[in-house]
Amino acid sequence: MGLPRMANIAPFLKRYGVFIALALLIIFNLIVTPNFISMRTVSINLSQVCMIVIVGVGMTLVIATGGIDLSVGSLMAIAGALSPMFFTGQLFPLPHLYLGIAAGILFPVLAAGLFGLFNGFLITRFAIQPIIATLILFIAGRGIAQVSTNGDLQVFKVPEFQAIAIGQVLGLPFQVWIMLALVLIAAFVLNKTVFGRQVLAVGGNEAAARLAGVPVTRVKLLVYMISGLCSGIAGLIFIAMNSAADANLIGMGLELDAIAAVAVGGTLLSGGRATIIGTLMGALIIQLVKATLLANGVPDAAALVVKAGLIILAVWLQRQEQA
Amino acid sequence: MRFRFQPSHGVIIVLVVLTLLGAWRYDGFLGVYNVQTVLRYNSMFALVALGMCFVIMTGGIDLSVGSVAALASVVSAHLSPYGLWPGVLGGLAAGLAAGLLNSIVITKLKILPFIATLATMLAASGTALLLADNQSVSVSYDTAFTTLGQGDLLSFMRPEWVDAEGAGFFAQILGFILSFPTPAWIALAAYIVGAIALNQTAFGRHVLAVGGGTEASRLMGLPVDRTIFAVYIISGLTAGMAGVILAAQFGAGQPIEGVGWELFAIASVVVGGTLLTGGQGSIGGTLAGALLLGIIYTILNFENGMGWISLSAYWQSVVRGIFLLIVVVLQSRLTRDRAREA
Repeated sequence: MGLPRMANIAPFLKRYGVFIALALLIIFNLIVTPNFISMRTVSINLSQVCMIVIVGVGMTLVIATGGIDLSVGSLMAIAGALSPMFFTGQLFPLPHLYLGIAAGILFPVLAAGLFGLFNGFLITRFAIQPIIATLILFIAGRGIAQVSTNGDLQVFKVPEFQAIAIGQVLGLPFQVWIMLALVLIAAFVLNKTVFGRQVLAVGGNEAAARLAGVPVTRVKLLVYMISGLCSGIAGLIFIAMNSAADANLIGMGLELDAIAAVAVGGTLLSGGRATIIGTLMGALIIQLVKATLLANGVPDAAALVVKAGLIILAVWLQRQEQA
Repeated sequence: MRFRFQPSHGVIIVLVVLTLLGAWRYDGFLGVYNVQTVLRYNSMFALVALGMCFVIMTGGIDLSVGSVAALASVVSAHLSPYGLWPGVLGGLAAGLAAGLLNSIVITKLKILPFIATLATMLAASGTALLLADNQSVSVSYDTAFTTLGQGDLLSFMRPEWVDAEGAGFFAQILGFILSFPTPAWIALAAYIVGAIALNQTAFGRHVLAVGGGTEASRLMGLPVDRTIFAVYIISGLTAGMAGVILAAQFGAGQPIEGVGWELFAIASVVVGGTLLTGGQGSIGGTLAGALLLGIIYTILNFENGMGWISLSAYWQSVVRGIFLLIVVVLQSRLTRDRAREA
């Protein structure tokens, strides 16, 4: 009697583990943390995970193919450093403010996407391991951002642009809606489209996928480009939130946060199994644990140690399921 | 045996050429002051890269080295009032603890090195901030601790005739070597031990065998887990030592230093001709790789001083990235050609 029931619980936990963990965290906070449910708290916590989730969406796809992208933080810096040059009229005088803003959104995101494509090119053309191929832009990318701004802080006050991060729609910051839209699109693409199947096939067994006629090279190029595009968007949100672009700071260390969110969310780090919603949940769990600890008087530094334990626990649980 | 060009030879040649070029082009490039500055600062990175080299040769990776160095710098700064040795041992103990944590999580819990060391990175960083109370910790100047970073180990044995008027070429070279800073001697000693361990001991063979093929090594009865265990301990210890030097050199334990050191170390190892897939590596190449990446900054500075071009310090990361790109692409070509030959 006992055994079959246990066997039924395991897949249930596997499927809904992150949801349960998140629910428990929320219930705990409702009881313990004062003012937890206020719109302000919700709004702040959501804003803080936005960039991590947006970068995490691209990272999930990359990791699903068995790769990794260390360059995301630096690509954020490139996009963030380029953008103000367009909408403040530094590069060329603006015929119209909204035209400048449109250019300031479009070109930096495209640039980040192209750099992502470059990552994919190195990985597919030269068979360089993803961790090293993306290390190149991790190092050089921030340099490119710093060189293009001469390392200077660019302060701006353009509310029309900053609306992409802090403008409110239905009580939530606009960036939250961007995040939700990207999560939904990516989840749909991963689960319901041929491309999504191909991504998982490449991560599951690249040689087999190739033999089965999956365009492995194209799939890999695309996921790294998508990761670049996501980083670009996150970079714009970063500068819009701060109303300043500092190439030295934008996206610093974000690659690790994004990887942590993907790992905690239940995506297999060796590729072949991925969940976008899981990444969202993973980022929320990490953020909520941090917020819970802070609200209850635990110092920020100790929260880092807890986060480390959380990552190991999540990955270890993953291994137990596989075994 | 026919001489075969190894990737590590390339980096040594480039390093020598760049050094000669610098010496020819810039005044004072090989002057005592400049050499001391370059060696003093880059010894920390060289140490971290040495540990990383061992880890990478087994096919692993250690992302925690930067924050472990930061943690070690905080611990040794706290212990520096008790003297030189308590400071050093404290820093090494911090490195050992982090290395142990990595080893256990990787070999016992069977978690990918990438993730295990990422977690240790966060944990070490958090612990460093907690121990330092979120600020840098001053080092005691009453003890000999700071000589570790700021002193020149062999300056006491410098004979007077070295600096005499009209000293010969040999005397000048000797004087030059005797002026090396203490951190450089520490790093050099570590590299010599590392090179012997890799090339002359059974442990070194095991490291390369495990990196070449973990399953095959296991079937051959090699102590795979013990070897993997050892390399992360080595990496922890070298990062710990780098942290001690960091504290001694700048007079403070710095909990937020070390950001990006791991990637710099990986870059040094790769530029030095060690294969990232493991199984093949060069200790000398790693040292050359670390020095090469360090020297780029100096050359940029001198070149700016010449007035021909004006490149900001930010260009150094771009140049480093381009270097890494060239090396990695060449490496991929080279290994593919080898595979075809075989």
